[in-house]
Amino acid sequence: MLEIRDLHANVEGNEILHGINLKVHGGEVHAIMGPNGSGKSTLAKVLAGREGYEVTRGEVLYDGRDLLEMLPEERAREGLFLGFQYPVEIPGVSNMYFLKAALNAVRKHRGEAELDALEFLELARRKMKVVEMEEALLNRAVNEGFSGGEKKRNEVFQMAVLEPRLAVLDETDSGLDIDALKMVAKGVNTLRGGDRAIVLVTHYQRLLNYIVPDYVHVLVDGRIVKSGGKELAHELEEKGYGRLLEAEGSRKMVSRGA
Amino acid sequence: MTAIDELNRGKTSYLSDFDLFERAAPGRQNAWLARLRRKGMERFDAAGFPSRKNEDWQYTNVAPLAGIPFRLAGKSANGVRASNLRDILFGEIDCCNLVFVNGSYSEKLSSSRSLPRGVCVGSLRRALEERVREIEPYLARHAEPEANPFTALNTAFIDDGAYLCIADDMVLEDVIHLVYISTGQEANLVCHPRNLIRVGAGSRVSVVESYVGLNGGVSFTNAVTEMVMEEGAAVDHYKLQREGGAAFHIATLQANLEQGCSFSSHFVSLGGALTRNDVRAVLAGEGSECTLNGLYVAKGRQHMDSSTCVDHAKPHSSSRQLYKGVLDDDSTAAFSGRVVVRTDAQKTSALQSNRNLLLSESALVDTRPQLEIYADDVKCTHGATIGKLDEDSLFYLRSRGIGEDAARTLLTYAFASEVIGAMKIKPIQCQMDLVLLARLARDAATEVP
Repeated sequence: MLEIRDLHANVEGNEILHGINLKVHGGEVHAIMGPNGSGKSTLAKVLAGREGYEVTRGEVLYDGRDLLEMLPEERAREGLFLGFQYPVEIPGVSNMYFLKAALNAVRKHRGEAELDALEFLELARRKMKVVEMEEALLNRAVNEGFSGGEKKRNEVFQMAVLEPRLAVLDETDSGLDIDALKMVAKGVNTLRGGDRAIVLVTHYQRLLNYIVPDYVHVLVDGRIVKSGGKELAHELEEKGYGRLLEAEGSRKMVSRGA
Repeated sequence: MTAIDELNRGKTSYLSDFDLFERAAPGRQNAWLARLRRKGMERFDAAGFPSRKNEDWQYTNVAPLAGIPFRLAGKSANGVRASNLRDILFGEIDCCNLVFVNGSYSEKLSSSRSLPRGVCVGSLRRALEERVREIEPYLARHAEPEANPFTALNTAFIDDGAYLCIADDMVLEDVIHLVYISTGQEANLVCHPRNLIRVGAGSRVSVVESYVGLNGGVSFTNAVTEMVMEEGAAVDHYKLQREGGAAFHIATLQANLEQGCSFSSHFVSLGGALTRNDVRAVLAGEGSECTLNGLYVAKGRQHMDSSTCVDHAKPHSSSRQLYKGVLDDDSTAAFSGRVVVRTDAQKTSALQSNRNLLLSESALVDTRPQLEIYADDVKCTHGATIGKLDEDSLFYLRSRGIGEDAARTLLTYAFASEVIGAMKIKPIQCQMDLVLLARLARDAATEVP
């Protein structure tokens, strides 16, 4: 579904990603872990098409198509979803209107009939249950005055409504207390399955106790330095990024020497 | 020839029209009224069109207006049908509609419901003809010709407009809707609508002024509305200006508030080539409060100048102002907000905010808050911002599948709708909302909620 090949990207002239390679198949859940400044969020934003992130080398294929050629809205309509680390507050735009416009743009693209206000409300109520979100939040301005937990729930709620094929969740766990974390994880788990692929970008292993990934990748200094199964997350938790990398380094030296 | 001479050449057509007008004007037999008009003309003649050296007009070049020899519009309402009013009138609320075509009252197009005793609503022309003595104590007492050459010009040509007089302790449920239509069929016509609204002690009323253009021709509307509020009166005023793209629109709303009055003004400016809107409130009595809100949305080469003045003369009064602007293409705008707090006016609270959104690199806005505070125990704040659409918000919307144009429209609407959202009468708010959305979505061709 997603294939990243030798991806290099700059932000304000500084190269942040130094050649990322990653393959994600339908139905898989991948976790990308890494310390602060390793390029995790940059990768998420490049995938979603944020302006100001310049790809200098490599390519990203989404169902065999060149993802980087597509506008952000085209990516979304084709089923890519980015869960924001810092969801944006938009005063004056109701959550309901925003999400209805988004869903209808996606549906139109898929050749499906657009939903009217009543049909949308019905759907929204059903999906709100996934994250146990209060209906009142639907009538408020997008994320305005939402608590950290409410913002993240709103992200997962949007994901539930838009039903993406590939969801990239950027630090969905950051700033959440344990109850909110469990709730958000429960929401994501509900949406897991079928052909849907999920990429979790996270600093801490704690989210992965609740959303168990199929694969874990460690991103350091703009490169994936280690990949493995879910047990890699535990190893990381135990050793920390520093010691894991040291061990990695010495092993490489040994293998070179042999 | 200097620029000022050039401006003054434009006076000629008004001076010659005045001689004709004076001889046939309503209530001309009344010496006071005749003197008032003459004083207006003299004042205009002496002051001339304001140049940009005049501090009040530094952001607006009126030369294009002064350069056109506008002639006084006739009294015919030809070419306007009831169907033209469909999108203008409010369907869902009881309204008393007074319709003016090129400045003259049209009985045929107006619809007046039966109003309670003590409420008088009608054309000023008729009132000037039939009972000028009733009007004398109020007309031109607050909107002074000295203050503004265009007010002087309007005063010289006092002819028609709305006359609304409400006795004490009345609550008027019906909204008074004043509709001014510039037909634009014949080019270069000017009209000077003059509205006099007197609200008795403890009475409440809502008034809407709608200015529309039908055919997009060159026209000039020079309006003055005087609002005289007695003790404890409450007025909710709305104005929607959507004249044609070649129209000139200059207007002053002057409100005088006695003790315990409450006044709110909601102004929305969408149309016209060159527009200037003054809202001036004098808080002449203790404990009065006023809210002045405004929204100007300009594109193409439109120029919109909004000027407010709140004069706190007595203690314990409060004012709040929120003016917002949205400017696209090569449009220009200006906001000047003056707040005066007199020595007597202790415990005054005055807030002012002007926020502007620029949608293009070539749009330009000047904003100038002016605080003149002579009392020491007051709370006054002001702030002005000029910014662009937030890139993070734009990306957020697009990342959910909303197209770029639609996302821009949505964010622009969100910025502008705050002013509309503050309107108290729901059906008016909804209609203004639709008008705004239609205006913003026209270029983006997006779906509107």
